[in-house]
Amino acid sequence: MKIHEYQGKQILKKFGVTVPRGIHCTTVEDAVKAAETLGGKVWVVKAQIHAGGRGKGGGVKVATSLEKVREYAGQILGMQLITHQTGPEGQKVRNLLIEEGADIKHEYYVAALTDRATQSVAMMASYEGGMDIEEVAHKTPEKIIKVFINPLVGLTDEQALTLAKGMGMNEASIPQCVETLKNLYTCYMETDASLAEINPLIHEGDGTVKALDAKFNFDSNALYRQPEIVAMRDLDEEDADEIEASKFDLAYISLDGNIGCLVNGAGLAMATMDTIKLFGAEPANFLDVGGGATTEKVTEAFKIMLKNPKVKGILVNIFGGIMRCDTIATGVVAAAKETHLSVPLVVRMKGTNEDLGKQILKDSGLPIISADSMAEAATKIVEAVK
Amino acid sequence: MSILINKNTKIITQGITGKTGQFHTEKCQEYANGKECFVAGVNPKKAGESIFNIPIYASVKEAAAETGATVSVIYVPPAGAAAAIWEAVEADLDLAICITEGIPVRDMLMVRNKMKEKEAKGGKKTLLLGPNCPGLITPDEVKIGIMPGHIHRKGRIGVVSRSGTLTYEAVGQLTELGLGQSSAVGIGGDPINGLKHIDVMKMFNDDPDTDAVIMIGEIGGPDEAEAAQWCKANMKKPIVGFIAGVTAPAGKRMGHAGALISGGADTADAKLAIMEECGFKVTRNPSEMAKLLKAML
Repeated sequence: MKIHEYQGKQILKKFGVTVPRGIHCTTVEDAVKAAETLGGKVWVVKAQIHAGGRGKGGGVKVATSLEKVREYAGQILGMQLITHQTGPEGQKVRNLLIEEGADIKHEYYVAALTDRATQSVAMMASYEGGMDIEEVAHKTPEKIIKVFINPLVGLTDEQALTLAKGMGMNEASIPQCVETLKNLYTCYMETDASLAEINPLIHEGDGTVKALDAKFNFDSNALYRQPEIVAMRDLDEEDADEIEASKFDLAYISLDGNIGCLVNGAGLAMATMDTIKLFGAEPANFLDVGGGATTEKVTEAFKIMLKNPKVKGILVNIFGGIMRCDTIATGVVAAAKETHLSVPLVVRMKGTNEDLGKQILKDSGLPIISADSMAEAATKIVEAVK
Repeated sequence: MSILINKNTKIITQGITGKTGQFHTEKCQEYANGKECFVAGVNPKKAGESIFNIPIYASVKEAAAETGATVSVIYVPPAGAAAAIWEAVEADLDLAICITEGIPVRDMLMVRNKMKEKEAKGGKKTLLLGPNCPGLITPDEVKIGIMPGHIHRKGRIGVVSRSGTLTYEAVGQLTELGLGQSSAVGIGGDPINGLKHIDVMKMFNDDPDTDAVIMIGEIGGPDEAEAAQWCKANMKKPIVGFIAGVTAPAGKRMGHAGALISGGADTADAKLAIMEECGFKVTRNPSEMAKLLKAML
């Protein structure tokens, strides 16, 4: 689960990381009031969307007067902000963060994330903050300093110092930087984050270390024990169909192709999508109905897939284990009838009660195309949508 | 022979009284030698009772001491599952198989590091399979987990995969072509887990009754590449490889918590290339995994 920058900064502040003073708002009037409240002569108007690269897309502006705050807030609120992470259609800006200006002397990068290979928490730091860190990692990996933290021990003073020095932190700011890193680690663990990134972390003229941005991602398995994080969820930033699907315990992700897929199991779902591509078409979605699909779940899955106007055909691929093929077949027939299915449907079923399932499909009187293997199913649906 | 489990394995079920635990324990008992293998259940509130003729004990330690069981299977719900794993480790079992899906990553980080710390201090090493996995099976001997038993057939091909249904797919194809399985192992779809591809490949390599292996992976993480590098230098048996997720977009979690492309090296294409370079016969068509393998025997 992702959150906005202004929420991320609230969390960082709670864990003792210094952040600029800022106020979240949703209207131009409130943006101007926020700037007045903050005082000073320089303000930053920042678009709040769940995607990076906002500055490049025109979503972050520095204002030197209240008139400029008004002007920029007016430009940014409601715009379709396009960044490399939003896709070509962009994301509508509904929230702003108005912040006091900062006296930036240098921009650094720090992040914490869970490292699968070492089964530890990796903390990374770099002198090359403020820019696309993936590019830094790709071109000059030696400029990124990493430490691996044993969660039974936590981030040690020595490790924090290695990072602070390794990232070339301003000498006088090192003690506060060490403190910041330790607070970031505590924050990462206690909030069940899967990513906590500050880009940039800066030092100011007086040596103060501050987080100018905050990007968080949280482990969805742990949300049950993080009510404060859950309260920060912004459904406007998420795909409406994916939210709808999650209500029925379906894992759904919309893609760009024209063949809808309904599969049990995440691995088999990906393999089915790959097979469709192999035979010359593109999948319209990823959809895992999970282990215990009922007629109701299958019907909802059909409805969600068919909401996508690009869908020109559907492929159902079920490997019946605990879930029996006849149950799925009954669900597919009911779903096809209820949704008045008008696009071609190919069903491939294997496993428990396979023959019974096929018979149900045959007896339904619906024009359902049956297939034995994934490859055959993909060939048939690709042919049918041509 | 087989890997990890056989018809003489004695098994404790943690979470045996829950809905999932009950359902699958019954299925596992019905399969092959299951009635002899599943010897104990654990539930501190129901100690002294029994279910499906399996006695329930208050703790794993007690169950192991009373029955001589060396393996446990865990169906405990996510919030308590990591603690259940640790209980199995503290009882010095050989193997804990965690079926539970949805365990917080932080809990897995903690328990994995506690396991490593125990080993480092000279304590007994307990292997962990999973979490979020279908379990494992040695056909015609014993099934521990949630896979459909009837699609399997005893034989000499090893199968290892992160995904449950994709494991069944490979097994189903093998059985259809008349090729049986020595053992089929689901290592699970979570980012922080126990046995990895490389560990299972080592076991298949050492198992005299395994002739060849199908190794199935997914997008995300370095595990398949690591296993491939090891196989290049050490594996004596033919391997067919498949990686799911060529069409998966970066930055989206594809169902499994671990199936998420994070950098450039963990895409399906990158993994397929490494596996091919390491001598695997790789395919982009998951329908022909068994066919390809048969051609190599």
